Amino acid sequence: MAEVNPPAPSTVSTGKTASPQVMDRRSFFSWLSCAWLAFAAAVAASGTTMIRYLFPNVLFEPPSQFKIGFPDDYKIGEVFEGWKSKYGIWVVRSVDSIYALSTICTHLGCTPNWLEGEHKFKCPCHGSGFRITGINFEGPAPRPLERFRVALAEDGQIIVDKSKKYQQEKGEWNDPESFLKV
Amino acid sequence: MQQLKDLINGFSSPQLIITGASIFFFLYLYFRKFLTEPSVSLFFLTLLVGFFAFSMTDANFREIVLKPDNVPIVAMIYLIAFFTWFSLRRAVENDEAITKGGSTFEGKESDQKLYTWPNLIYQEFICSILVGVVLLIWSILLKAPLEEPADPSISPNPSKAPWYFLGLQEMLVYFDPWLAGVVFPTLILFGLMAIPYIDKNPKGNGYFTFVERRFAITLFLYGWLIMWVLLIIMGTFLRGPNWNFFGPYEKWSVHKVVPLVNVNLSEFVYVKWLNTGLPKHWFLREIFGIVATVLYFAVTPFILAKTVLKRMYIQLGIFRYAILMILLLPMIGLLLKMLLRWSFNLKYIIAIPEYFLNV
Repeated sequence: MAEVNPPAPSTVSTGKTASPQVMDRRSFFSWLSCAWLAFAAAVAASGTTMIRYLFPNVLFEPPSQFKIGFPDDYKIGEVFEGWKSKYGIWVVRSVDSIYALSTICTHLGCTPNWLEGEHKFKCPCHGSGFRITGINFEGPAPRPLERFRVALAEDGQIIVDKSKKYQQEKGEWNDPESFLKV
Repeated sequence: MQQLKDLINGFSSPQLIITGASIFFFLYLYFRKFLTEPSVSLFFLTLLVGFFAFSMTDANFREIVLKPDNVPIVAMIYLIAFFTWFSLRRAVENDEAITKGGSTFEGKESDQKLYTWPNLIYQEFICSILVGVVLLIWSILLKAPLEEPADPSISPNPSKAPWYFLGLQEMLVYFDPWLAGVVFPTLILFGLMAIPYIDKNPKGNGYFTFVERRFAITLFLYGWLIMWVLLIIMGTFLRGPNWNFFGPYEKWSVHKVVPLVNVNLSEFVYVKWLNTGLPKHWFLREIFGIVATVLYFAVTPFILAKTVLKRMYIQLGIFRYAILMILLLPMIGLLLKMLLRWSFNLKYIIAIPEYFLNV
């Protein structure tokens, strides 16, 4: 069998199997590392675009500080709901103070409703109830609604700062910035 | 008519429904031989259909039951009742056969060998066609309830979870979100997975039985029927605006006033019983709740191992018994806590809002 002359195609194939010998060990590894580098770069690039995708181009966040008009715009003993959808606060004026309550239930974050007849905030999700002061008294809510910083601006309007919140259970409602004396 | 409706409305409170259903559940299992008789079951079915037929004359009931969301839940009531009855009936018959030394229904059936093709494939084919027909008619008759675009400042009243999560939502009323939303679902999932490792009894495999797996079947059926399905039914039909509890014939009024002023255990002890004010420091304030909870979880397993579950403790060994207790005690505790809330307006046994720890 060995003495038989190989046919023409087989000489071509032997030529091909011989060709890897052209590439030596060192250049093989440099090609390999090039390939890996290219692969890593591609993965990194697509990964970056994927992470970039998670951050929106435009974010419509309401400003954390805003003016809500003059103290006299609010009636004593009333819960003002006009800023609920725009800023996420209720403005309440009691006999001697004005405070801004957060509209986020402290149980799981639904938006409670103000029930004028029953004089309480009531959450539709699990039935938490809050008094007009924001104190929790029924349902599962573990702590009172949060209050935001209120102050008087130079032009006499009330300015609310949602970046600073006050929690009753931490004793923060005594802070003079958590309400507005009127 | 109206008097009967008022009576049913009056008895519709969560504690009465859960207690009544639990009593019925255990009586049904105890007297299963008589109560699963076809004639008795026909009577129960007539009762159930009669209740729905009578109730459909009521406008408030009709409005809630015929909501496209809720129609499948009505179907679910019948399906679950049927399959529970069916399995228990088979179990009763098999148990009788086993005590007489005979073989079970399923055992006899599997002696007669049949070919998959055409026997099984034909049945499956017919089934899939029937299911397709039902889905088609369903989707034509009942429209998908689309609502207005979501608005973060308005939560629909009542806001309800998807029907299969209403049991979880009901649990969330009594516990902190991390407990009812994270710990309990994890325990339920891992508990269901752990069942075959805790209860290695090979009996009841491939045939219906009750006597051979009394504890496992009772526990599973109780968790499934009372603590999951019944909570879904309550959440669908009886929880209305502001998550208040309504009777089946009551108008879902947003302005229903229910006195739900909740009181923590610390306030019960210090304010109502001892007549002193609440202590300042949280540890002193909550000491009674902490002691009660620790006692419940640390002492009950030993008492049970010495008394009611003595045989089971020896059978399972300490390790598997401990796992069973880790799963069983929260399950019973959940129910106890719900009953305490409904009956005494007890808010939290341990309430430390300072550290988000409320149990």
